[in-house]
Amino acid sequence: MKLKALGALLLSAALVTVAGCGAAQDSKGGSKGQSAGLVTDVGGLNDESFNQNAWAGLQKAGKEMDFNVKALESKRDDEYIPNLTKFAREKRTITWGMGFKIQNALEKVSNQFKDQHFAIVDTDMGGKIPDNVAAVTFKEEEGSFLMGVIAGSMTKTNKVGFIGGITSPLIKKFESGYRAGVKAANPKAEVKVVYAESFTDSAKGRALASSLYNGGTDIIYHAAGGVGKGLFNEVKTRKQGKYWAIGVDMDQSKLAPDHTLSSMVKRVDVAVYDMMKKVKDDKFPGGEQVQIGLKDNGVGYADTTKEHVPAKVLKKVDDFKQQIIDGKIKVPANENELKKFKP
Amino acid sequence: MQVLSKINKQSSIFTSLVSVFLGLLVGGVMMILAGYNPIQAYIALFQSAFLQPFDIGETIRTITPLILTGLAVGLAFRTGLFNIGVEGQFIIGQLAAVIVALKLDLPPVIHAIVAVIAGALGGALWAFLPGYLKAKRGVHEVITTIMLNFIALYLSNLTVREWLTDGADKTKEIPESASLHWNMLSQLFDSSRVHFGIFIAIVAAFFMYYLLWKTTTGYQLRAVGYNPHASEYAGMNVSRNIVLSMMISGVFAGLAGASELLGTAGYQAIQASYTGIGFDGIAVSLLGGNSPLGIVLSASLFGILTYGGSNMEYVAAVPREVIRVVFAAIIFFVAANIVRWVAQRRKKKVIDKGGEGK
Repeated sequence: MKLKALGALLLSAALVTVAGCGAAQDSKGGSKGQSAGLVTDVGGLNDESFNQNAWAGLQKAGKEMDFNVKALESKRDDEYIPNLTKFAREKRTITWGMGFKIQNALEKVSNQFKDQHFAIVDTDMGGKIPDNVAAVTFKEEEGSFLMGVIAGSMTKTNKVGFIGGITSPLIKKFESGYRAGVKAANPKAEVKVVYAESFTDSAKGRALASSLYNGGTDIIYHAAGGVGKGLFNEVKTRKQGKYWAIGVDMDQSKLAPDHTLSSMVKRVDVAVYDMMKKVKDDKFPGGEQVQIGLKDNGVGYADTTKEHVPAKVLKKVDDFKQQIIDGKIKVPANENELKKFKP
Repeated sequence: MQVLSKINKQSSIFTSLVSVFLGLLVGGVMMILAGYNPIQAYIALFQSAFLQPFDIGETIRTITPLILTGLAVGLAFRTGLFNIGVEGQFIIGQLAAVIVALKLDLPPVIHAIVAVIAGALGGALWAFLPGYLKAKRGVHEVITTIMLNFIALYLSNLTVREWLTDGADKTKEIPESASLHWNMLSQLFDSSRVHFGIFIAIVAAFFMYYLLWKTTTGYQLRAVGYNPHASEYAGMNVSRNIVLSMMISGVFAGLAGASELLGTAGYQAIQASYTGIGFDGIAVSLLGGNSPLGIVLSASLFGILTYGGSNMEYVAAVPREVIRVVFAAIIFFVAANIVRWVAQRRKKKVIDKGGEGK
């Protein structure tokens, strides 16, 4: 009895320790009084994705343009407001909020500190962007178009697949761009589209990938966050050189090095760096939505693409890329635009 | 549960204070080992928890749910029950409150009151299940409450995704009429998010004191905690008291969830893991010696450490994980009752010496 209770006490100590909190990083610089702060979402600074990329971009900007930069990690949703407030109160030149989860908090804090500048990534704030906030979003459809070109050119079965996360306008951007890309490269190819209705369920991702591959699809692109891990787990078990996966957001080739054709990378670091440049030049785009795409090098394909994609195809991809940059091709970002799209 | 009843009987303010001191000492040693300056760090911590009105307000906001979850754990402890399910009851409290806030259309104040009550009932229901299983089937409440935590978390995620929204990751903001936000109070603290919940928490603490020490029901609850067999022999209904204790505990936890949601967050989000506020209640309650006043004081300390901890890391660059170590060390010292242990050894030595002298 006594032992049991003691065990329970120890267990509670362990629980309390595990449910822990987060960390701040500092990087010195900035003599002219220009400074920037970055508040992460609950993913934290070492998420190997979004937040980490952004922090890398901000550090680079800090070094090259003499900003004093500092980051604050949020470990819980209720820390967004105190963290943003901390930077705003220090009168930082600009305060970054990472990701759409932080939107509500940023709305409140930016309203309270009207003289301070803020920036948020990956959301247009429902179209109502305050005057002291810049919203940075990506033209995911453009990068996805290139993935479609690769898939359309490489498929042997003329069937390619797409796995989406939760059905939403954001993921539809990926889907539309991808389907347009396939159509442009290979009009005969058919695109099978499925949605997992989750961003975390990797088991579901694997089941969907498996049924797509079994149905004759040989290349699958995903825009489904953690669900995509299931795709890579599935493709790894299949014949190399016949079944392929395409990753998203960052270079995912290390998940299945022999089975990954390419990844659509979102260069959050580039986006952050570019914005800092505007801040430096006193051209802060307050109240505006800044969309960055292929032209700004904000989206693109991963460097490891050349491993498995032949030079001939890569040349075609670069060709399309140039046409998009030149404005000759307008990549559809939703279902309606896709219907009207003619390569 | 002899250890529990021991804590109930013996813990004194002195034990708690010494444990806090030793806990901070352990944290300080860790900082020195890691190459930080502990004095500077602790000064930064306490300073930034109180330096500006905004910070004081945010510190109070952090303390509010800790008082309630601490009371929840403490009340169950008094009846000899280990309610690890406070976290789950907290989540159900949030969920019930957000459903009432979003789905009902009521006039201001009444809307908030109904939402708070819904949260309390949600928590009570979630605690009733393990209480009933313990009383009727003898299933250990530690097991059932831990399991129910998982069910609560994913039930909440499912409800938010499938019913309250169209596949989004968080609900809409609750209407003004259901909010516990009180402009005057918030303005007093430089627009921080301190809210009406702090008053709910303090009233709950008074309620626990009155219930346990001024009513027959409370006497029975405590008696069952000291010795269930003797209580049964004395004609008390042990099963009934176990279920009742769990349910009141769940009410406190549900209130914590409701006040966090209606006062602080304003929406319910899909959560990848627990907030940890319920688990912190265990530490708060142990340090507070399971007494209402002790719990309010220890919740204040933990709240200051939690909120100040993030500032400490900001000002002195000390990772705030150190603060979690301090938490755990404090619990450890309280549980091991180090003060009494030392006192007993000294007493024994004195007696031994006396024996030699003869």
